[in-house]
Amino acid sequence: MAKIQLNGKKISIRPNLSIYDLLKKYKLTNKKIAIEYNGTIIPKSRFKKRYLKDKDIIEIVNFIGGG
Amino acid sequence: MKKDIFKIAGIKLKSRLIVGTGKYKNFLETAKAVNASGADMVTVAVRRVNILDKKKPLLTDYLNPKKIILLPNTAGCFNSKEALRTLRLAREMGGWKLVKLEVLGDKKTLYPNMIETVKSTKTLVKEGFKVMVYCTDDPILARKLEDCGASAIMPLASPIGSGLGIQNKVNISIIIKQSKVPVIVDAGIGTASDATIAMELGCDGVLINSAIANSKNPQLMAKAFKDAVASGRNSYLAGRMKKNYFAKASSPTFGLI
Repeated sequence: MAKIQLNGKKISIRPNLSIYDLLKKYKLTNKKIAIEYNGTIIPKSRFKKRYLKDKDIIEIVNFIGGG
Repeated sequence: MKKDIFKIAGIKLKSRLIVGTGKYKNFLETAKAVNASGADMVTVAVRRVNILDKKKPLLTDYLNPKKIILLPNTAGCFNSKEALRTLRLAREMGGWKLVKLEVLGDKKTLYPNMIETVKSTKTLVKEGFKVMVYCTDDPILARKLEDCGASAIMPLASPIGSGLGIQNKVNISIIIKQSKVPVIVDAGIGTASDATIAMELGCDGVLINSAIANSKNPQLMAKAFKDAVASGRNSYLAGRMKKNYFAKASSPTFGLI
């Protein structure tokens, strides 16, 4: 198990989980979202190649209503 | 008459009304108001996805980005670093290059921090963004933003969400006269007639959120703004009559009985 921080919350994930797998878990693969991985934006093309490790900090953002 | 075309950063818009999508009860109410407004561009905010509720709908489930232009906004950002982070993420989300920059300087007035705003505009333009910039109604700073490559100047009418209408018509007029990029009054418009006044001054467009979302009937208010903006634009294009100090009779004096 690896412990990561996702959108400000600490969660445990199985080892060798990619960003794509994580998105699948939250049913977000087909949604308009963007990912910040340890402070760096990860392009969609790299979601399957980037594996998560202990203490990673992930932000998943989307558009919400705003002025 | 020449066709009245409205373009921002080369993008042609049918409506001169841009609406915000904040403060609505739910996404359905948002979508209904947006449709009634006739706007083809809406502002949106970038926030964390709610990971606790997987079934929670997303705004983009209700507003189709293929049909309506989503304009990512940096509302809530109080420095250049936060604003740049937000807009870079927004660009990643779907290739959005046209963005609205808003760097706030004070929590109580939500007045823009113009020093950070100018700094951020320069960086964003360098990175290839097309930036529409929320700013104070200071003509010198507005020109500075244009010189930095802003795609639109968005001076406030009055503080965000205040509904006070245009407080400094003279400054807004000066900004309109000197600007070569579109001038869009953003923030502070309270009701439909305020939008008409902005358009009659010669603004290229207006951005409305609270005045629609906080009305008792947002859908109807959205329609009111649609008409108000169109009327104000027509009135501006037609050109108002000259003001006179004394009366001038409307009926001819010739043939009086």
